[in-house]
Order: sequence, then C-alpha cells, then structure tokens
Amino acid sequence: MTRVAGWGGVPAVDACERVGEALSEVCRPASLTRGLGRSYGDASLPAQAGATVASTRLGDCVLLFDREKGVLRAEAGFRLSQLDALTRPAGWVSPVVPGTHHVTLGGMVAADIHGKNHHVAGCFGAHVRSLLIQVADGRELEIGPDREPELFAATLGGMGLTGHILEVEVALLAIARPWLVIEVEPAPDLLALVAALRTASRAWPYTVAWADALARGARLGRGIVIKGRWAEPGEAPAASPVRSCVDSRLAVPFDLPSWVLAPTSIRIFDAIFYRAHCWTAGRRVVHPDRFFHTLDSIRDWNRMYGKRGFVQHQSVLPAAAGDEYMVRYFETIVRHSGASFLTVVKDCGAEGRGLLSFPRPGVSIALDLPMRGAATQALVDALNRLVLETGGRIYLAKDALTRREHFLAMEPRLAAFDAVRRAWDPERRLRSALSVRLFGDAA
Amino acid sequence: MKVAFLGATGGMGRSLARLCAQRGDAIALLGRDPEALARSAADLRVLGAPRVVGLACDLANPAGFAPALDAAVTALGGLDTVVLSAADCARPADLDADPARGARLAALNFTHSIAFLEAARARLLARGGGTLCVFSSVAGDRARKATGIYGATKAGLSHYAESLDLRDRPRGLRVVLVKPGFVRTAMTADLPAPPFAGEPDAVARRVLTAIDRGWPVVYAPPIWRLVMLAIRALPRSVMRRTEF
Repeated sequence: MTRVAGWGGVPAVDACERVGEALSEVCRPASLTRGLGRSYGDASLPAQAGATVASTRLGDCVLLFDREKGVLRAEAGFRLSQLDALTRPAGWVSPVVPGTHHVTLGGMVAADIHGKNHHVAGCFGAHVRSLLIQVADGRELEIGPDREPELFAATLGGMGLTGHILEVEVALLAIARPWLVIEVEPAPDLLALVAALRTASRAWPYTVAWADALARGARLGRGIVIKGRWAEPGEAPAASPVRSCVDSRLAVPFDLPSWVLAPTSIRIFDAIFYRAHCWTAGRRVVHPDRFFHTLDSIRDWNRMYGKRGFVQHQSVLPAAAGDEYMVRYFETIVRHSGASFLTVVKDCGAEGRGLLSFPRPGVSIALDLPMRGAATQALVDALNRLVLETGGRIYLAKDALTRREHFLAMEPRLAAFDAVRRAWDPERRLRSALSVRLFGDAA
Repeated sequence: MKVAFLGATGGMGRSLARLCAQRGDAIALLGRDPEALARSAADLRVLGAPRVVGLACDLANPAGFAPALDAAVTALGGLDTVVLSAADCARPADLDADPARGARLAALNFTHSIAFLEAARARLLARGGGTLCVFSSVAGDRARKATGIYGATKAGLSHYAESLDLRDRPRGLRVVLVKPGFVRTAMTADLPAPPFAGEPDAVARRVLTAIDRGWPVVYAPPIWRLVMLAIRALPRSVMRRTEF
C-alpha cells in the first residue's frame, strides 16, 4: 500500500500502486492510471481506499521523433521535461505546455491541458495525432481524430476514465530560437488587468496575468500581465540552454507549519511580488522554463502549505457574462478571506474537441487556497454558485471540493461523455475518486 | 563506448543505457522479452545512440550467454564495456511459500550472474581489456533479518567482483562494482521508502562517472557508503533486535 494524493495533498488515500516498465501489463488490473500526480485534487486517486491504480512513471520510452516533420511518439509516462530536453535543441517544442514540466504525456491528454497560448493554439488535444489506449475490456486500440473519433474526443480531458492511455503521438511546434522574448506590464486594478490581457492576446502568442487577490477597494484584482513569444534569429543565441534552469537544488524539504502561508504573509508576499514586477516592467529575453514553469524552480513547493495541504479552484467565466462577474468573483474571495498565494488569470480561446475539456471562450481564474476545512468548502461553494450564474465551468484537474449538484448544473456535456463510457465501459470498471464524487460512479 | 547491457530494459540499467545513448555510445541490449527490447531499442535510438541492437538473452539460461555476447561484438564491431544489472528478487514471504523459489533466486543472482560475467570477462580480456560493471547491492554488505538469500547472493557477487579487480586490473580489465541503496524502481515499488531513497537517473549518472573513471566500488546514492559503514559496525546483539 502506498499513500497517494494529488499535488494539493488533500485528499490522500492508501492505494495499491502498480509500477513497472511494461505499461500494458501494469495497467491491465487497475481501475485507474495516474502519472506524476500533478493534478491537484482527487482526479488521480482510486475510487476507494485500497484499490489498484497503475502508475506510468516507469513507462516513459520515446518511440519516435521525426526531426523533419516535428512528430513525437512516446509512452504515456514520458515527461514534458524529457520532451524539452530532447526536442528543444532540434528546434521543436510541445505545442501546449502547462505551468509545470513535471507532467506526463498521458496526463496532458487526460486533462487536455491548456497553456498561456490557449487563445491561439487551443488545448494539447488539438495537437494529438494518435493515441494507443487500453479500454476496459483489455483491448488495445489506436485512436485519433479519424479513428474512433467519439472515444478520442472523450479521452481528451476525460480524466483517464475512458481507458488507460499507453502511447501518445503529438505534432510539435517549430521554433527559431530556444529562448523566449517576454514583456511585463503592470495593471492597477482588475478591469485594467483583463483589458490589458485581451489587448496583449491580439499581438502575443503567450499571455497570462497574475492578480493580487487580496488587494481591496480600488486596487481589487491589481496585477501584472506577462506576454511572451519565441525569439527570432538575431534576438537570441541559437544555442540551447544546456540544462533546465529551473531544476535547481532549491527545495522545500518538509511540510512547513501552516501559519507560513497565512493570509497576512500571503498579503505581504503578493504586495512585494506586485511591486517587484512593476520595477522590472519592459521587454527581455529569458529561458523558456523561467517563463513557462516558474514554480518548478522550487522543488516540492506544495509543502509550503503544510500538512493540511491546499486546494486549487480554477474556473472559466464566459466572455458573454460581462466583466462585472469578475469583480464579484474577486469580491467573494476577499469577503471569505480566501488568501490565494497565486491567482492566475488567462483569457481562453475557442472550445476544443475534448468532450469534457475545460477551456471555453472567456476568462479563466485559478486560485490556490490553503485547506481550512469548512471555510474553504464554503468559499468554493460560493465561487461555484457564481460560476454557475455566468454559465461557466470548473477545471477537473484542479478540483477537490466541488459538489456534485454544482458540477451537473455546469456540465450539460456530461450526457455525451456518459454515452461514450456506456459504449466502451458499460460496467464502469474505470473509476476514480473524482468520478465517484462528481460523476456518480459507485465507490 | 561500445557497451553491452544485460538487464537494461528496466530499472537502473535502463537509466544508465539512456545516459550512454544520449552521449552517443553504441549499445547492445541483451534481454529476454523481445517486445521490451524493441521498445527500449527505439527509445535509445531516438535519444541519440548511433547503433542499437537487441539480442535475446535470459539470465535463467547460461547456455545463451556466449552466443549473445558474441553477437553483440559482431553487431557493434567490437566491445569495451559490459554492464550486468539484471537480477532476481523475492520477498521473504515468497521464499517461505515456495522452497524452489530460493534456489532459483540463488542460481540467477549468483551462479548464472557469475557465468555471465566470466563469459564477458573472457571476451573483454581477449580484446585487450575494458570495463565490467556489476550491479550488486548494499544488501550484501551486512546480514540483516530481511536480506536472506538475496543479500547472500549479492555478498558473493561483491566478493567475486573485488577479486576480479585485484586479479585482472593489470591486464586492462576494470571492474566497477555498484552497490545501490534503496532506489525507486519497479523492484522496490511495493516497499515503504526509507530515508536516503534514490532515483534511478541519479544512480545512473554516478555509475557512468564510475565507469568513465574506473572506480572499483560505487555506492549510490553516495550516502549509503556511510549508512552501511554504520550498519556494519553494529554488534550482532543489536542486529538481532532491529527490524529493518
């Protein structure tokens, strides 16, 4: 038995974790496959304590890398950090990357991750050419946009519930130089921040904003907008950074006491962070990891939240709902003293192919919330009620506390997803703690 | 390097083979599962190995050692390094349940391992020397309640490697004896990780340094040298009472 948890540390359960190089055998008896456990809540946890989960962490062979066409095929456990090390020097990168490079290809498909370029590139699934999947009855099949398209669409963002993803083939993005040109722009309040983000997205392929969720009054939602694009020849050296600059020895060695990230200290941190970025506003060339995977520079940073852990809440508020909802959203956080260490705001582009994929046109807001039991649950409930009013939805890869009734009301697409599951897994052999909590699966 | 591996489709051997591939070594993969060999061979090719060949070889079948090594020499156009990381492992409960299991463990990890190393040694010496890298274990350094037959085979393997180093170093054969501590591989997946548990990639980096520099003994992670120094110093009365 192994204690397994998501990145937030709550919930955690004992599970029988199967680990091995031969993924096909490792996954066969399992009711769920997990990668590196970087989803925040219960998406990678078994439906019940003691159940078997397969781990892909040793199934990480890269099977094909076509340097001419920019196509990569690898086993599900192949990590983004490995992909970067292999393809970046050859002028190719993953078309979509999340906030950490400690994720597997399988996980990137299962959560249909999005990145700072969602407004132009869509989700990771938009670039997946083919998947090898082991479905519930043990058959292994190659699926893609033209082969079993319904199963493929359900698997993108399907949180591992449609089958065990064994191999992933993805079309990479060509880059001229392995460096990023970035520009930082402060914004004095929330509406200015969102406006700046939208303006930036018209000119820049990568954009994101960080907001100070604790500033009140006129400063509510002040923050900084960070824009980036790959450097052109003449702007940066052709030589690749030798190794990842964020894989430092800096680590959080143990769970810190929970007062470390109490509201006051977070408020001080956020204020310093905001001021520091105001000073460094302007354009410069940086290492891509510094831009894409900033937090990876502190190993095990989740331990800063102490033994009680933290939850994340990410939702997208549709553009049609209007900006006043964003103000209400931030006011709700402030009213609940829901200190968020990092609040990330991002404008999303068009909805993709994935049946349950998170992004849709609108503004996505992601919060880190220290776990404080009922108070945190109350805040998540309040935020979800607001999300429901706007017709938005939450990101399953982040979620731990959403109630089933809220989820069902947010997800008219669930019926289509259930239909695919009925076709391929009528007994619902594949389950997770998340699918028990939100999809009504038996434990 | 032109290097042959037995046991590099998984665990620390795989990590080591990947490092070799990344720096452009030619690699012969010896193993028993053709599917796993094909997968690992593809992986090593993509990572940069100019030449990779998969060859059938099973630690359970000593008659196959010489032909497999000869095929490796032919395929790579020579051979200067041989790495043995394949091994058997059994929990005490498995051994108690099946009397034949212990005999098999002893045969694979000791008798057959030495037969393989002898076959490799003869070929390296015939070519003027080279490096023989043997994965043993800290479990062979001191008997504990849990080490049992596994620890005994590793103690024997360590003894054999040390003796080879003393005898054959003047003839150009460098023997690198690897003593991993607890490393997070598939073999240890169901065990609770103790302090100082290592990752296969970090172990592989250290082993490759040892191969390049010809270190006779390498503990990995390195802290295990001190840990085992302390454990070896414990009196038997203490070992009787400890449960690790």
